[in-house]
Amino acid sequence: MTAVVAEHDDHHDHHDHGPEKGFLRWIFTTNHKDIGTLYLVFALVMFFVGGTMALIIRSELFEPGLQFVDPNFFNSMTTMHALVMVFGAVMPAFVGLANWMIPMMIGAPDMALPRMNNMSFWMLVAGVLLLASTLFMEGGAPASGWTLYPPLVLQTGKAFPFAIFSVHLLGISSIMGAINVIATIFNMRAPGMTLMKMPLFVWTWLITAFLLIAIMPVFAGAVTMLLTDKFFDTSFFDAAGGGDPVLYQHIFWFFGHPEVYVMILPTFGVASTIIPVFARKPLFGYSSMVYATGAIAFLSFIVWAHHMFTVGLPIAGELYFMYATMLIAIPTGVKVFNWTATMWKGSMTFETPMLFSIAFVVLFTMGGFTGLMMSVAPVDFQYHDTYFIVAHFHYTLVPASVFILQAAGYYWLPKWTGNMYNEKIGRLHFWLSAVSVNILFFPQHFLGLAGMPRRIPDYAIQFADWNMVSSIGAFIYGFSQLLFVYVVIDTIRGGTGEKVTDEVWEDASKHSLEWTVPSPAPYHTFTTPPETIPTEHF
Amino acid sequence: MNDLKQRNITLAKKLVIVALLMFGFGYALVPIYDVLCDITGQNIKVQESASGEEAMVVDENRDITVEFVTSINESTPLQFRAEKRSMKIHPGQYYTVNFYAKNNLPVQLKAQAIPSITPGLAEEFFKKIQCFCFELQTFAPHEEKTMPVRFVVNPKLPERYKTITLSYTFFDRTNNTEN
Repeated sequence: MTAVVAEHDDHHDHHDHGPEKGFLRWIFTTNHKDIGTLYLVFALVMFFVGGTMALIIRSELFEPGLQFVDPNFFNSMTTMHALVMVFGAVMPAFVGLANWMIPMMIGAPDMALPRMNNMSFWMLVAGVLLLASTLFMEGGAPASGWTLYPPLVLQTGKAFPFAIFSVHLLGISSIMGAINVIATIFNMRAPGMTLMKMPLFVWTWLITAFLLIAIMPVFAGAVTMLLTDKFFDTSFFDAAGGGDPVLYQHIFWFFGHPEVYVMILPTFGVASTIIPVFARKPLFGYSSMVYATGAIAFLSFIVWAHHMFTVGLPIAGELYFMYATMLIAIPTGVKVFNWTATMWKGSMTFETPMLFSIAFVVLFTMGGFTGLMMSVAPVDFQYHDTYFIVAHFHYTLVPASVFILQAAGYYWLPKWTGNMYNEKIGRLHFWLSAVSVNILFFPQHFLGLAGMPRRIPDYAIQFADWNMVSSIGAFIYGFSQLLFVYVVIDTIRGGTGEKVTDEVWEDASKHSLEWTVPSPAPYHTFTTPPETIPTEHF
Repeated sequence: MNDLKQRNITLAKKLVIVALLMFGFGYALVPIYDVLCDITGQNIKVQESASGEEAMVVDENRDITVEFVTSINESTPLQFRAEKRSMKIHPGQYYTVNFYAKNNLPVQLKAQAIPSITPGLAEEFFKKIQCFCFELQTFAPHEEKTMPVRFVVNPKLPERYKTITLSYTFFDRTNNTEN
């Protein structure tokens, strides 16, 4: 501790202490690693809360008829599962990774605005608790689907204003996190770390942060309009007062479409970080990856009405949104081919992070293709609001975002803890997940094409078989995730007992700066900027 | 270091302003939406049809079924029905059909009927000469009104349309009468 102080001039002395002792450390901490850990642990807990809701849904759908829950609670479960997974699990998990890794990847001592960092985490907790409290209110939790379409959402009981304020809190938390990421990347990079030398995870997060700042306020505005329509006699979405419910859908999807890229762009970033290390090659097409990410982010703002092909758009609108949506396949295709080319003739090894990443490339591509199918406006009338769309976005979220988040966990756990995870259990976790996730979601394509609507607790008898298969897959997938929790706890407690090197993975320090600091990463890293920037792999 | 802190805070402030502007943009989408609907001709079906009168020839050889549907929005306290469920008509000929609405309450009621025609593409060939939907209707306590609708179907209606449904929904405007 004192040795660190001695190395610096007096201006640096805010950074010289170690972690606080005791429990309060976790409440008042402004250290990017502590906050990253808080975000990641919170996201993992929420992953199981949202997962439990998903298993309630799949239990009810195991057989036709109403078995376990009443329809209103079922609808609450589909709504809350989505909100918890999006705002409580996937987004916070990526913010956690950003907190841990961005300063270490760009050679910065901490995030740019550490106190705001602490505040954005605790606002997230408050927002999610507020949302969870609606489960116990008169009239039940919101049950209108996560899109909160009026007029249906206006029939929510006592929970309605709580759900709206929860969205406000989650939005403010995300915006603060995004501001922090942008300020860190713009102002805190080590000398020599030019923008085009940054690891791709940093790049994708920079673009994601701009998306968040642009869209979360729009969503906050949309739900505020719902709130005033319900309680203050405005008529934004009320036809009786001259409003239009379709307007809500436009505003919502102006937020909603970039929002799905908020969850997938950092996924791309982590995949582009892991694949080169285990292929022992530089990332193929670094700059094209950066431009493709930017292109996807731009396109995400001009395609929103492809979620609304069936509301009665003018033909010109349908055609425009159809072609604009198809354009997204081009930069996304660039990425998929770049990952494939990175692996081509590489000296690949198949540790758990790489297994998850390869599965991501394959399964995300499948989710992308079903997206391309639905971008065709005339055929979307068949797929709209069926299990086909459910299968599509779960393929882009579970075997993509969730797989990559777990890959990131396996990849960086040795750096975070200084211990090696149990590779055997990691691989078991991978194979169980990769097989069961397909048993879970693939049959939903068939159900959707056959016409089974989404968000229903009961269904016609001809859908019984594939629903049963899907539910079996869901239970295998859900319980397999306990292995991940086991691996995380086991690794924190010492793992295999093997002490890892600073580099952990062979030649990883040539790819990115975090592998040049000791394992486990000390409480403060890069209080003096690194002298050399790993560039040969970009 | 202090310089860096200052730069961080300045950048954060700028980004907060961007976020606030985007919040305003969400609200700006409301008038933008209205303008775009005007330009693209969405949601303005009630006002159109001022275009030049043309003489129509009655097509005696063609029968079209016109159906009438009545409904009320939420709990608008009206009993609302049509004289008949449907009628056979010839294109080019003028017809009158009566609608009846009764105020259930012992207080005055103001209500506006909104028409809708299905299939939507037949809408431009269905012309209402007289309609209670053209203006806000005021009902005295317990008053029952007879409201005629006079209409004609243009003989240019494509052959594939055999049935047209005219539906009205009454919205309670008692507490909200400004347009």
